[in-house]
Amino acid sequence: MTLVLKNVSYSFSNKGNENNKVISHLTMQVNQGEFVSLIGKSGTGKSTILKLITGLLKQDEGEILVNGKCVSLGDVGYMPQRDLLLPWRSIIDNIMIASEFQKELKITREEARKWLTRVGLKEYENAFPNQLSGGMRQRAAFLRALLTDKDLLLLDEPFGALDALTKKEMQAWLLSLWQELNKTIVFITHDLEEACFLSDRILLLQPNKIIEEIKVDLPRPRMPKLFHSIELVKMRCELENRITNETD
Amino acid sequence: MKQIKRWVRTYSLFILFASILFFLIEWLVKKEMIPAFIIPAPTSVIAMIIENWKPLIFEHLSATMLEFSIGFLISVIGGILLAVWMFFSKTMEKIVYPAVLVSQMMPIIALSPIFVLWFGYTIWSKVAVTVFISFFPIVVGAYDGLKSGDKDYIELLRSMGATRWHTFIKLNIPMALPSFFSGLKLATVYALVGATIGEWLGASEGLGYYSRRMSGNLNAEGVFAAITILTIVGILLFAFISAIEKKALFWKKY
Repeated sequence: MTLVLKNVSYSFSNKGNENNKVISHLTMQVNQGEFVSLIGKSGTGKSTILKLITGLLKQDEGEILVNGKCVSLGDVGYMPQRDLLLPWRSIIDNIMIASEFQKELKITREEARKWLTRVGLKEYENAFPNQLSGGMRQRAAFLRALLTDKDLLLLDEPFGALDALTKKEMQAWLLSLWQELNKTIVFITHDLEEACFLSDRILLLQPNKIIEEIKVDLPRPRMPKLFHSIELVKMRCELENRITNETD
Repeated sequence: MKQIKRWVRTYSLFILFASILFFLIEWLVKKEMIPAFIIPAPTSVIAMIIENWKPLIFEHLSATMLEFSIGFLISVIGGILLAVWMFFSKTMEKIVYPAVLVSQMMPIIALSPIFVLWFGYTIWSKVAVTVFISFFPIVVGAYDGLKSGDKDYIELLRSMGATRWHTFIKLNIPMALPSFFSGLKLATVYALVGATIGEWLGASEGLGYYSRRMSGNLNAEGVFAAITILTIVGILLFAFISAIEKKALFWKKY
């Protein structure tokens, strides 16, 4: 699985006007099994990029290819910031919802149950979303994206609304799961530490539409104690400088 | 048991108030401080109902309920269909929504003789009034509910390859239910009023007809007997719809 964006531009209104472009001539590539984070100030078009990759938005120009094929709705797994679990469906029915839209997707309840057990939600199979805590809901929402059975997962600030402790737990949890699954992940975050801790590469979107690439060569497997290491703190400071310098 | 306790806690003050009113009126009438043809003694209203229960229930109530049922059913089916049509077609919305609004601004009492003109003194003139008065809350409740579908949810489902039909069935409809039920509860009460008004304008049976005939005879007990029965039926219908609502929206309690 590789994801390729070639020369992609997008504007919300006044199509074609260079000044209205949210994304301008963007080119990037994500390789099989890679964990790539997108960071940048608000309004630099991070969420828009994800929506373009899902096919929810159509680019004005350029190409978006997944495995060499033009992307269309239903090709990738998408997890937005809000968990968006349907309150009238039990957790298991929520995480299996994609199989109701995609005929070729065969996921049995047995498999779904195994997954719930694996992420520690076994007892909540028949519970309703409002009975779960924030962290549990995010895990269920992640499973829902995972059970679309796509190689590419797009996660739009999945832990943005969680408290600091739960967030740390969820980051370690996500990382361990990703290492086993061989999925490709594109991850949006505002949290620079989080980006350093999780990613292979970080793409920094600047307001002037330039993209900087930062390679994170911290060794894997990464453990939560890495948060206190000098390398990570250094990298975090450097990222922060790059973000603020550009706007001064 | 727990439910009964909660019920008592919720309504005990009201029941106390109603009981005091009941005995106060009874006392005032018995002491002849209020003439019985203005407000009858509650016990004589009850006596009236017991005495005439056969014609009241089997002749008049059943006639009113038939008009109510037909009218309400037409309103519910027609209202839902129209709301769905408006939801899928912007043009329909632009034509129908204002029209439905305008229809509610028309004074129903002034309009009702027209229905008698069109449908004569058949059951259909009463059904027409019932539909006219109960249609509005159903259409608006269903339509506003369908419109309230959260964009983020829709995008999420579409990203999984859901079609518009899928999102309609799995998202818009469940999300419309709370608003739809609010409209439905109003509509039941309105429909009963509609059937009664319809009978006022010309009928040979029904509780509306009965109360009007009694009022012509200055028989206040008869009028209040009909009103009492209508009120009880209204409360029961409302409670019935509320119970269905609670079942359908079971997830709200979490």
